[in-house]
Amino acid sequence: MGVPVRTEELRKIYYSPPPAAAAGFRGLRRRSASRNAKNVHVVALDGVSLEVEAGEIFGLLGPNGAGKSTTIGILTTRVCPTSGRAWIGAYDVWAEQVEAKRLIGVVQQRPNLDFSLTAREILLFHGAYYGLPSAERVRRCAALLERFQLSDRADELVRGFSGGMMQRLSIARAMMHDPEVLFLDEPSTGLDPQTRLLLWEIVREYNRGGKTILLTTHNMDEADELSHRIAIIDHGRVIALDTPAGLKASIPGGYLLRLRFNLPAPGISERLRALRGVTEVRVEGAGVDLYAGRGGSLIPEIVAVAAEAGADLCDVHISEPSLETLFLHHTGRSLRQ
Amino acid sequence: MNWKTFAALLARDAHVARRNYLALMLQTLLQPLLFVFVFGQVMIRGGMMAASYKGMLLPGIMAIAMIFTGIQAVAMPLIAEFQFTREIEDRLLAPIRMEWLAVEKILAGMLQALMAGGVVLPSAWLLLGSGVGLRLDRPLAFASVAVLVALFSASGGLTLGCTIGQTNIGLMFSLVLAPMIMFGCAYYPWSALSSFPVIQKVVLLNPLVYASEGLRGTLAPQYPHLPIVVVLLVLSAVDGLLIALGLNRFRRKAVS
Ligand SMILES: Nc1ncnc2c1ncn2[C@@H]1O[C@H](COP(=O)(O)OP(=O)(O)OP(=O)(O)O)[C@@H](O)[C@H]1O
Ligand SMILES: [Mg+2]
Repeated sequence: MGVPVRTEELRKIYYSPPPAAAAGFRGLRRRSASRNAKNVHVVALDGVSLEVEAGEIFGLLGPNGAGKSTTIGILTTRVCPTSGRAWIGAYDVWAEQVEAKRLIGVVQQRPNLDFSLTAREILLFHGAYYGLPSAERVRRCAALLERFQLSDRADELVRGFSGGMMQRLSIARAMMHDPEVLFLDEPSTGLDPQTRLLLWEIVREYNRGGKTILLTTHNMDEADELSHRIAIIDHGRVIALDTPAGLKASIPGGYLLRLRFNLPAPGISERLRALRGVTEVRVEGAGVDLYAGRGGSLIPEIVAVAAEAGADLCDVHISEPSLETLFLHHTGRSLRQ
Repeated sequence: MNWKTFAALLARDAHVARRNYLALMLQTLLQPLLFVFVFGQVMIRGGMMAASYKGMLLPGIMAIAMIFTGIQAVAMPLIAEFQFTREIEDRLLAPIRMEWLAVEKILAGMLQALMAGGVVLPSAWLLLGSGVGLRLDRPLAFASVAVLVALFSASGGLTLGCTIGQTNIGLMFSLVLAPMIMFGCAYYPWSALSSFPVIQKVVLLNPLVYASEGLRGTLAPQYPHLPIVVVLLVLSAVDGLLIALGLNRFRRKAVS
C-alpha cells in the first residue's frame, strides 16, 4: 500500500498575472509591471525533479516565491506545467487527471472553502463528490469535526469563521475522502501554537496509516519535526535534498557565527580561517559569516584576531546547527527575510 | 464519466439555490409581472394599446425571464467563485474531468431558466386576465424552443461568467443585457421593425430575437413570427457555439 509521488524536470513559466482578478499585492505588482514591459514572464519552476516515496512525509522548504505552491499546483492538476511531467502513483497527473485526483487530498495555501455552505455541508458534499455512501459520509464528517474541534460551529456558514478555523476545516476537508496522498501547502499558517501541535499530531497519525504526505512550510521547526526528508527550493530549483539530520550534517562546521566589525578589515578572513575548527569564512563588507565546529569558545580568539587586523567586533550572532543555518548556507539569505 | 460525482455537484447547486429560493423567486417574478401589469393592464385599459397586445407580449416576457434567470444563475456564482477566494477549487478537484463541472453549471442554469419560464408564464397569464389567446398547437415545437432558449441562457451565462470580472458586472447588464432586451423583439414582433430595414437586419444577430419569436410562434401562432425551423436552427447553432466558447473560457480560467 501507499502511493509515491514523482516529478521529472518540471518547468513552469507564468506568462500572465494570476487568472483571479484580485491576487493581492503580488498580482497588483505583476500587473503594473506588465504595463511597462509587454511580455513579462515569471519563471516559477526551473527543472524540479523530486521522488517522494510511498508513506513518506516530505517537506518542501523555501522562501516566498520559491515555487513551492506551483509545485503542489502541478501535482494537483491546478497548474499546467510548461514542460516536464509529474506522477501520482502510476498516473500521469496531466494526462490522467481523474485517476490522479481520486488519490489526492489538497489543502491550498489560501483558504478556498465553499462560502455558500456550512462547515458540516462542506464536508458532506466533499464526501459526496468522491462517491462516499451517505452513512459513511455522516460518520466521517462527525469524526473530523470532533477531531479538529469544530463541532460546536459545524452548522454555521463558514463566512463567519476565523482564519484559523477555516484552515482547520480545509485540512479536515482534505482528509474527508481518506486520500492516499495528502498535500498540505503551509498547513500551519494562522494556527495558534496549540492547534499547530494538534495538527502535527494529526499529520503523523495520518502518515502512520501508510499515507504519503507532501507539505510546504517556512517554519524550520515544522519541517524538522515532521518530515522524513526535506527538499530546499529556491528560485524554482531544488538546492538541497536529504533527511533533516543529513541536511544539518552537511553544513560545514555546523555552527554559524555571524560577525560584524566596525569597519571592513582587509586580510581578516585569512586570519579567521586559520583559527582551529573554522571551516568556511565568507566576507561581505564589514560582515563575516563564519562556519565552524564550535561556537562561543571561538569568540575570544576572534576578538584577538580582529584587534590584530585593526578592527573591533561589534556584533555577534551564534546559530547552532539547524535548518535555518543550512538555508542560509545554500541561499545566502535568511528564511525570515 | 462519473455520474455519482456529477449528481453530487448538481445536488450542491440545488442545495444552495434552495436555501435562497424565495429571493430567487421574487427576482424572477417581480420584473416580468410589473412589466405585464403596466403594459398588459394599465396601457390597455387606458386605451393606449390594443387588447390583442396581451397575447403578443406574453411569449416575449417569458423569453426575457428565462434568459435573465439562466444567465444570472450561471454567471453570477461563477464570477464569485473564480474570485480571489477560489471557492470553486474544491469542485475542480473532484474526481471528474473539470469540463463536467462546466456542463453541470449549464444544466443547473437550464433547469432554473425552465423553472422561471414555467412560473412566469402562468402568473403573467393570470395577471393579464381574459383575452390573452394562447394556442399551444405544437407542444413538441414549443418544448424544443423552450429547451434551446434555456440552453442559450445557461451557456451564455457560462461564457460571460468566465469572461467578466467582479468589477464589470454592472457593465455586463448595461452593455450586453439591456440592448439585447430592447432589440430582442420581446415587446414587439420582428415584423414590426419593417419600417426600419437596417435595424431589422441587424437585430437578427441578437439571439433573443429567435427566443422571443420562437416562443411567440409556438404559443401564439396567430401573430406574425419568424419560421419555427429557422428559429430552431439558429438557436441550435448559437447554443453549440456558446457551449464551445464557454467550455474553452472555463478551462482557461480553471487552470493556471
Ligand atoms: N497564477 C500565477 N500567475 C502568475 N504568476 C504566478 C502565479 N502563481 C505564482 N506565480 C509566481 O510564481 C512564482 C512562484 O510562486 P509560488 O506561489 O509557487 O511560490 P511559493 O514558494 O509558494 O511562495 P510562498 O512561500 O509565498 O507561498 C512567484 O514569483 C509568483 O509571483
Ligand atoms: Mg506558496
